[in-house]
Formats: sequence, C-alpha cells, structure tokens
Amino acid sequence: MLGKPAQCELNEKTWCQCPSDEEDHLSALIELVCKECSRHFKPEALHVCEFCFGPLEVSYDYEQISSSTLKEEIQNGPNTMWRYSKLLPVSDSLPVDLGAGFTPLIRADRLGSQLGLSHLYIKDDTRNPTGSFKDRVVSVALTKARQLGFKVAACASTGNLANSVAAHAARAGMEAYIFIPYDLEKAKVVTTAVYGSNLIAVKGNYDDVNRLCAELTSEVPDWAFVNVNVRPYYAEGSKTLAFEVAEQLGFNLPDHVVVPIASGSQLTKVDKGFEELKKVGLVNSNKVVRISGAQATGCSPVAQAFRQNDDFIRPVKPDTIAKSLAIGNPADGYYAMEAVRNTGGSIESASDPEIVEGIKLLARTEGIFTETAGGVTVANLVKLVESGVVDKDEVVVALITGHGLKTVEAIESSVGPTVTIEPKLNSFMEAYSELEFSSEIEVE
Amino acid sequence: MTVKVRIPTQLRSLTSGLGQIDAEGETVGQVLNDVNRLFPGFNERVFDEEGKLRRFVNVFLADEDVRFLDGLETPVKSDQVISVVPAVAGG
Repeated sequence: MLGKPAQCELNEKTWCQCPSDEEDHLSALIELVCKECSRHFKPEALHVCEFCFGPLEVSYDYEQISSSTLKEEIQNGPNTMWRYSKLLPVSDSLPVDLGAGFTPLIRADRLGSQLGLSHLYIKDDTRNPTGSFKDRVVSVALTKARQLGFKVAACASTGNLANSVAAHAARAGMEAYIFIPYDLEKAKVVTTAVYGSNLIAVKGNYDDVNRLCAELTSEVPDWAFVNVNVRPYYAEGSKTLAFEVAEQLGFNLPDHVVVPIASGSQLTKVDKGFEELKKVGLVNSNKVVRISGAQATGCSPVAQAFRQNDDFIRPVKPDTIAKSLAIGNPADGYYAMEAVRNTGGSIESASDPEIVEGIKLLARTEGIFTETAGGVTVANLVKLVESGVVDKDEVVVALITGHGLKTVEAIESSVGPTVTIEPKLNSFMEAYSELEFSSEIEVE
Repeated sequence: MTVKVRIPTQLRSLTSGLGQIDAEGETVGQVLNDVNRLFPGFNERVFDEEGKLRRFVNVFLADEDVRFLDGLETPVKSDQVISVVPAVAGG
C-alpha cells in the first residue's frame, strides 16, 4: 500500500490559514479559455464564456512548469495534493488546507481475483479529511476564492461537497452558505451542519438546487460559489487524482481508469491530469490512458447518450440511491463523453441493487467501505470486465471517491447482525454450531 | 401575454444592467425573440447558427427546464417567469 506515512511531514507554513501579504506566485497560470469558442479571459471569478456560455478552462504555461527538478520538487513536497501545486491554478504558499489528497493507491488482489483482473488498484479517496474527493476541489476553490478577495463561500451540493465546503470554510474562517436537496442522507446533513455554516435545505432535487445557485450567482456576485463562479479553479483539484495515481505507480501511467460520473467534471479532469503529466515530461508521452465512466441507471444521461452514439445529453429526472451522482443535467457530460470516446473507454450504468452489491463486494474483498458512488464504480467495473472493455491484463485503477458511513441508508436493510443471542455461553455455542452448519452447507 | 424574463450576469451588458425585464409572447420562443427585439444581440448569444439553444444555455419556465416541457414551443401564462441560466454549474 502506498500513501501517507503515519507521521505527516508537512512543514508548518503549509498548514497556516492566515491570509498573506506575500505576492502570490501564480506563475504558470495564464488565462481562462472557452472550451466551445476558444475566446480568452483573464483568470478572474468567471465560469462561463460571456459570449457563448461555454465552460472556461484554466490554461497554463507548461514550458515554465517543466524542469529537470520537477519530479524531485513533487517528491519533496507535502504529503497532500499540494505537492502538485505547480500544476494547480493557485499558489502553494498558504492554501486553505485540511490535508486533502495523497490518499492510498491500494493493490486490490482479492477483488481483482474475483473479477479475473491481474493488476487492479483502488484509489481510496474515502481517506480524505471529510471522507470524499471533494476535499481536493474545495481546497483549491477556497484558496482561489480567498486570493480573489471573497469572504463568503457557497455551493450547491448532493452532500459530499457540502461536508467539504463547510469544513474548509470553518478552517479558513469564511462564512458559508450551503444549499442541499432537503432529502439528503442524514449523515451528510449532520456532518455539514456541525461546522456551523448556513445550511439551506431546498425543497427540490439537486438540479433544482443547482439552478437556484446558478441564478443566485448573478444576484450575490460577492459570494464564491465553488461550483459556479469559481468552478474553473475548483474543478482543477480533481487532476490531482491522476497525478497521484501516476506517481504512486512510479511515475507510470495506468492502462485503464474507471471514474464515476455525476456532472462529468471529475472524469474530464482526470483525463487532463494524465495529459498534463505527459506535457511536463513526467510520464511516457506516447501512452493513452483509457478512461471509462460509471453511472447509476436511475440517473444515466451520459451513459444513455454514449450508448446511442449521440452528442446531445438529454437531461433526466434522477431516481437512484446514488444521490451523490444524481445530477440529471450534467454540466460536463458532453466533455466527459468526449474524453471516454477519445481514449477508447466506455460508459456503463448499474441498477440500485447492483450498486448495493458493489458496495458489499468491495467491503468484503478489500476492507474498504464506500458510499453509493463507489458502489457504482465497482458495479460498473464488473460489467466492463464482463463485456471485455476492461482487459484482464490491464493495469486498472478504480476511483473510490467517498466513505460508506455517509450513506448507510443504502445498505442498512441488507446487512446487520449475523445472529442475536442471550449473554450466555450456551446461547453462543448453540448459535455458533448453527452458523458452522450453515457455512458447511454453503461450501457444499 | 406579458411575462418576466430573468437575465444572467453574462447578458446584462445587453440589457443596460437589468436583471429582469418584461417581454411579450405566447410561447417561450416568442418571448425570447421579443427580448431580442428589445435588446438586439440577445439571440446571437443564446441561439446557435441553426437557431437552436446553445449547448450550454438552459431556459426555465416557472423553474422547470423547458426541455422537460415542449421546449421553445411551450406556451406561457401571464406573469410567469422565464429564466435564462448558464448550464455550466454544479458537480
């Protein structure tokens, strides 16, 4: 297992949360560029092209980033995502940081054996400070927001983002307004509210919440909505998943990565991350990492469009237990599909019962308890292997992006005590003999 | 029929900074065309060369995405609100 040592070696400066008078050394960040019409914009709090509404992408000077010492600088950096600060759109000097990233890449031989895969790895992002990959994007977003002068953080969330924005805002001393669907899992509500943010429960689904926040951004422009007006910077945090996977494989690229799709942003940024490592000369530039996407059948607009070979993503009304992926109108769906097509991957979907089985399969084979999004990844990995899209000899990485304690409702009806007994020796021995008997029958 | 149209920040340079305007029409499409009559240049920003809504523009009638209704042909009622909202958000 690779990952954080027991004793963290961060220097004190990295953990400081005080705003600095030092000049920010953004250096390699050049500008924002529209992905649709290629118009250029200054790197400010903009998220869409002012002409065509296309998404804005952060552009860097890769020649400036490339250097003979880059690998060494990364390896000597903090054991967090901030070791890749040169490839992020903010300074590394004073990030809003709870220690996100550099999570373990675990060789998953038991799960791999069940699926018939020789080289399967799990990127275990349940280990982040608030239990999901969202800590990566939020750490970048609030660092950038503070740099741009924002005092208030905000977001539209299916839960994981809410947890992370609330925690990071508390760390940074920023006020926060967090908008969630009213029917989220209880754990996600409690683990957001505890940080003292303004938690706004909206009577609607995530797409309703998202639309409300997109409109609010025009009315309260002095709030940093992490996944709206500072979204180009926020999304860049997901590249660190790709950076870490490659570094943890000895600065080698995997053959195939399976990524859950909600908005599609994470998948596009994992693809961008691998491409950037090639551009700065840290990995073999001739290799293409195949990327496959995973959705829940109850909210699978990208999988449906992919299956029908359609460029148009038709929005859907979500109906799935995988609430963290329940975005019926995915902002980056088109570009996620494009990345999958360009790299030779596929996009599958899994039903709610298959998602539950995926959660249990990962737990029983690798000791990792994931939330429903991870169940979606595992369930779809099973399908990708069965359909032959994932080759049995490929180096495969499955992204497990959130902790199972957030969504116990999803599995509580299918797991529980094996047996309930009286606190007496005889009572246990009787139950034990019955268990042994039933286990023998199962073997036969 | 007069309805209210909410204008996002990105288009307020066309509407003299107004975030909400009144426009006329029987359908969503007609109302948006009336906005273009009042504020020329609006259609070029919202529609592509084929006259379809751009990929990253969402239009809501009474908070419902018109793609779940009859699109630009959806009839409007007096005093309803149409919102033009950038699609790139969330996740």
